[in-house]
Amino acid sequence: MRAAFVALALVLAAPALADSDMPPAYWANRQLPNPQQEEQAQGLMQEIRCLVCQGESIADSDAELAGDMRDLVRRRIAAGEKPASIRAWLIQRYGNWISFRPPTQPIGWPLWLAPLALLIAGGLLAASRLKRRRAK
Amino acid sequence: MSSWLRFAPIFLLLLIVAAMLWRLANPPDTTVHSQMIGKPVPQFALAAAVPGVAGLSSAQLADGKPKLIHFFASWCVPCIGEAPVLDQLKKQGVQIDGIAIRDRPDELAQFLARNGDPFDRIGSDPESKTQLAFGSSGVPETFLVDGRGVIRLQHIGAIEPGEVPAITAAVEQAR
Repeated sequence: MRAAFVALALVLAAPALADSDMPPAYWANRQLPNPQQEEQAQGLMQEIRCLVCQGESIADSDAELAGDMRDLVRRRIAAGEKPASIRAWLIQRYGNWISFRPPTQPIGWPLWLAPLALLIAGGLLAASRLKRRRAK
Repeated sequence: MSSWLRFAPIFLLLLIVAAMLWRLANPPDTTVHSQMIGKPVPQFALAAAVPGVAGLSSAQLADGKPKLIHFFASWCVPCIGEAPVLDQLKKQGVQIDGIAIRDRPDELAQFLARNGDPFDRIGSDPESKTQLAFGSSGVPETFLVDGRGVIRLQHIGAIEPGEVPAITAAVEQAR
């Protein structure tokens, strides 16, 4: 009985408002009429991090701000701006963090060299063991 | 194979577990810091957000006086709690301009009537465009802009009463 009452209360409860009640921006959930431009916009939107749901791209996020960012990207692409320049504009404001494709920097080199180093180490290890077995 | 090398995988495992435990105990900072500090305010021109109060444009900011640019909204719950602190700042002579994010004039007017209106001007930013141009990622956020129109400081989240002296000192310093 008490559980049913609590369940009923939960059904009636209003969710806390963390978003405005304004409709999404015009180009937030609308494709550009020019398919090439839409493809460009999609490509960029999938590589821009949502500021609210930080693990998601703005293409995937349902956050209002992500919708506003999609609107911004589509408007600028429709106006003839290149995706690289829009990405640079966002990086200028939020840092490389905003892009899922950050530029290669010295600090990231070990990450790229690690597979190569591991492969060489593994090869040397295998070679030494094989040699020892043959010597037996 | 030397004996210590035999234990290398276990040491490696312990190292990885230790790194994970450290990260669990020290979660990363998820606030998004604007990279616009030290740069001139981005170009914008916003219409008035409520009738009777002037709108806001970037051209008006380089007038020789430092001011706070406050991003807020009537639908933002922490902004209600912050309102008395903004009033206190205003009383101490700090000029505050507002930018209302995704807001309606009637709802914003109601919000100001209920929570106080410390703003000299309020621009309306219905698609968060100016917010994005500032490198801001939510409401409430406050930027300090000096008399030359350069962004000097970003405060993320509501300003707590205890932070008022630091803010007024920063405003004085930007004079």
